[in-house]
Amino acid sequence: MIRNTRIAAACSLLLFLGLLVGAARVQVLNAPEYDANPANRRHALERYAQPRGDIYAAGRRLTGSEDTRQGLRYERSYTDGRLYAPVTGFASQLYGATLLEDTEDGVLAGTDGRLAPLPLWGDLTRSRRPGGQVHTTVVPAVQKAAFRGLRGRKGAVVALEPATGRVLALVSSPGYDPALLSGNSPATALAWDRLTGDPDQPLLNRAIRQTYPPGSTFKVITAVAALESGRVTDIDAPTRTPNPYRLIGSTTLLRNEASGCADAPLREAFAESCNTVFAKLGATVGTRRIVETAEAFGFNDGGLSLPSPVLPSHVDTRMDPAQVALSAIGQYDTRATPLQMARVAATVANGGRSMRPYLVDRLADAGGETVARTRPAYEETVMTPGTAALLRQMMIDAVSDGTGGPAAIDGLTVGGKTGTAQHGVDNSENPYAWFLSWAQRPGTAVPGVAVAVVVEDAEADRADINGGGSAAPVARGVMRAALR
Amino acid sequence: MTTATDPAQALRPPGRARRLATPPPPVPRPRRRGAELGLLVCAVGVIAYGYANVGYATSGALPAGLATHLGGLAGLALAAHLVVRFRAPRADPVLLPVALLLNGLGLVLIHRLDQDTPGDRAAPTQLLWSTVGVALFAGVLLVLRDHRDLRPRAAKYAFTALCLMAAPILFPAVNGARIWIRIGGLSLQPSEFAKVLLAVFFASYLAANRHALTFTSGPRIRRLLLPPRRVLGPIVAVWGISLVLLILERDIGASLLFFSLFVAMLYVATGRLGWLAVGLLLAAAGAAAVGALEPHVHTRVEDWLSPFRAIEEGHGPGQLAQSLFAFAAGGALGTGLGQGHSLLIGFAGKSDFILATAGEELGIAGLTALFLLYALFVARGYRTAIAIGEPFGALLAAGLAAIITLQVVVIAGGVLGLVPLTGMVTPFLAQGGSSVVTNWVIVALLVRLSDEARTPPEERPAPEAAPARPEPEPAAATAPATVPLVVPVIDEARPADGTR
Repeated sequence: MIRNTRIAAACSLLLFLGLLVGAARVQVLNAPEYDANPANRRHALERYAQPRGDIYAAGRRLTGSEDTRQGLRYERSYTDGRLYAPVTGFASQLYGATLLEDTEDGVLAGTDGRLAPLPLWGDLTRSRRPGGQVHTTVVPAVQKAAFRGLRGRKGAVVALEPATGRVLALVSSPGYDPALLSGNSPATALAWDRLTGDPDQPLLNRAIRQTYPPGSTFKVITAVAALESGRVTDIDAPTRTPNPYRLIGSTTLLRNEASGCADAPLREAFAESCNTVFAKLGATVGTRRIVETAEAFGFNDGGLSLPSPVLPSHVDTRMDPAQVALSAIGQYDTRATPLQMARVAATVANGGRSMRPYLVDRLADAGGETVARTRPAYEETVMTPGTAALLRQMMIDAVSDGTGGPAAIDGLTVGGKTGTAQHGVDNSENPYAWFLSWAQRPGTAVPGVAVAVVVEDAEADRADINGGGSAAPVARGVMRAALR
Repeated sequence: MTTATDPAQALRPPGRARRLATPPPPVPRPRRRGAELGLLVCAVGVIAYGYANVGYATSGALPAGLATHLGGLAGLALAAHLVVRFRAPRADPVLLPVALLLNGLGLVLIHRLDQDTPGDRAAPTQLLWSTVGVALFAGVLLVLRDHRDLRPRAAKYAFTALCLMAAPILFPAVNGARIWIRIGGLSLQPSEFAKVLLAVFFASYLAANRHALTFTSGPRIRRLLLPPRRVLGPIVAVWGISLVLLILERDIGASLLFFSLFVAMLYVATGRLGWLAVGLLLAAAGAAAVGALEPHVHTRVEDWLSPFRAIEEGHGPGQLAQSLFAFAAGGALGTGLGQGHSLLIGFAGKSDFILATAGEELGIAGLTALFLLYALFVARGYRTAIAIGEPFGALLAAGLAAIITLQVVVIAGGVLGLVPLTGMVTPFLAQGGSSVVTNWVIVALLVRLSDEARTPPEERPAPEAAPARPEPEPAAATAPATVPLVVPVIDEARPADGTR
């Protein structure tokens, strides 16, 4: 019987060994698979078990965390949520996160390895650190000016610092309060349904996630292409342009809103926004140069992020002369985000050197100790300093003597370009009003701010819609706020 | 390793000279009560650390009831130790500390789970039941001075066990199984108590009839020799009735336990592999039939085969999937006590799935430690069985060790997804009064048996201590199975049948 007992004991031992093997299988071998299962709510619970780190602008908190004492414990709260929603995005227990709340999630949630005092420390202890801080480049005064300037109309404003690429303001309208999407109450679901069902698309970030036909603002690019290619050497020499201008290979006649465009020199044509002159220039310069110049400014670049991903702006790379003529005045298939057009203005302002735009100035741990900082990144020399100087002058003229008059600010040098973009079937819908501009304080080397404004104003009387009238005053307010 | 390298060995006089000399006087065996006390202090220390850990992790301070809990536990440990010291002074010093540590860790885990369910505090109740358990432990040691006193009453125990198991049929089913007796606010799970009683009965009967079961043959089914019906009959009857009752009550866990326990004890008693084979075949056939026909069991088998099917069908994770998620979240070192999310598992979290909490918060490291504690306890049980040298005690010890093994393996295998989930209870660890009390009785019996096993023959109490008992049987080491057995009666009404 002793032998039998020993065998029974050995069997028991084997069973215990089997348990250990089973435990190792579940806890080590299959653990990553189980952890990744979408039905496993642990990630969500852990994510919301501690207050989330905050997003800052100029040292002020844009966000906060409220303790709900429920399962998904900490809810996001926002100070001035509607104003900063195009920067922060939302962080919802139910619907995930967008924009900086999404791209900087690792830092905000405390999981980012850069927050750890020692490498791999977090992996070993499996402890979560308190959420870190995300400091943005946004300047509250500029952001507010842009938000107020739109007055709730549909549209977007982007303000950049030309010398660095810092995003000073990023506004999309109509907006939403991201606090409505925090939490997981029925009210949250209701708000989500309402926001996603709204035909005005308040959740859409028009500044970086929507492209518009750039209209006449594209003429900046056409002018750069014409000057850089040597097709135009003297901006005051008459261009031999008929009015109206017949598009090559078609019977379509292109006309102008302005008068005096026949044979107008580049400077005048730019100031008065003559379609005929720029369409002809586009056709003369050719598709290759137009596309190259546009791409140097950042068109067709799918890789840009602020770090929130930016929808690429588009220009067709294959066009016949009539199409390139239309593209040269910002119509046809050409589409740009407000951010893209702000980059165009900033590059001109910065002497032709394009800087990579960025929204996150620095990342810090919970104690405010900087763990990463964004350095201004030079992207490309789009044009020679001479061309840039000529364009700056042309933009100054467009404000002082042309369509951009409403943007003028006493005591500042302001350059601008209006745009009125047709859209809809047979251009039947109300056009988009555009304005690109920059402003410079006297005595400084480079303009301090570059702005792009787009207003899609379906309610307005069609005749009143133009870049100068609808968009330029918005840009003016933004520039004043930035350089005050 | 050669002994030549051992300096102590080298200095010793040649072995032959020693062997020719008169045998040395027996070395006095240490009683090891100090070691037991030391281990108990360690166990209480570990439990205190666990409580503190939970407190700091969940509320940043020591838990409010810490003094009560620890004081109560330390008091229980001391009381149990004193009873062992005076009533079973040679008992195995490991059994009690391991049981206390497991019980205490269970309290820590239940206390930890209580933090997440403000309306339902189970740890104080569990501590109360643990107190009852330890009191029963002391009671058994005080009353039962010799384990052989159990033998004459084995048939009564079997009868009591069957009555206990039949009782829940009169009560409404809970979660699909009729395994509870509810009287007032108190609920009991009688099959928990029945398992010890049946183990005593099996041990008694098998000890009496093991030679008959091993060597004599009755009816023959092809090449398989069955023992005489007269020998096999009563035990198979009791066993069969218990199984039928459990199946009627849909207590799958207990059916499995009783079946396995019976087969295991039968094997230990007879050493006939044929029994094992027949047992396994029967078990397989029964399991297949029940699994296919009985809806309650069928669901569990399906859950086991595809734990994530509910997720794929959009119903969200079931309990087994949640359990696997919990284990996976624990990884190597665990999330730390109080820092897991075992609550996701749901309503049985404090009982059936307590091991998942251990796996999540203590990691595979902690789970391994728990399994090793169980293995240590079980090993001590088998060791007692081997050392006791008397068939009834040996069978009882082996049976009790098997009970613990089977419970741990079946429930842990269930929550780990290795076997289908059955309503089994993790011994000592899980919430549940009947279970804790029964397990403390098991500890008491093993302590009593180990005291017997570790007492040298010359120190055993004189027969007058138990006059009704037949003369002591010779130790197994000197007289193995060839010595004729003095067969006790298992039924007072029937004389010994002369089986030798």
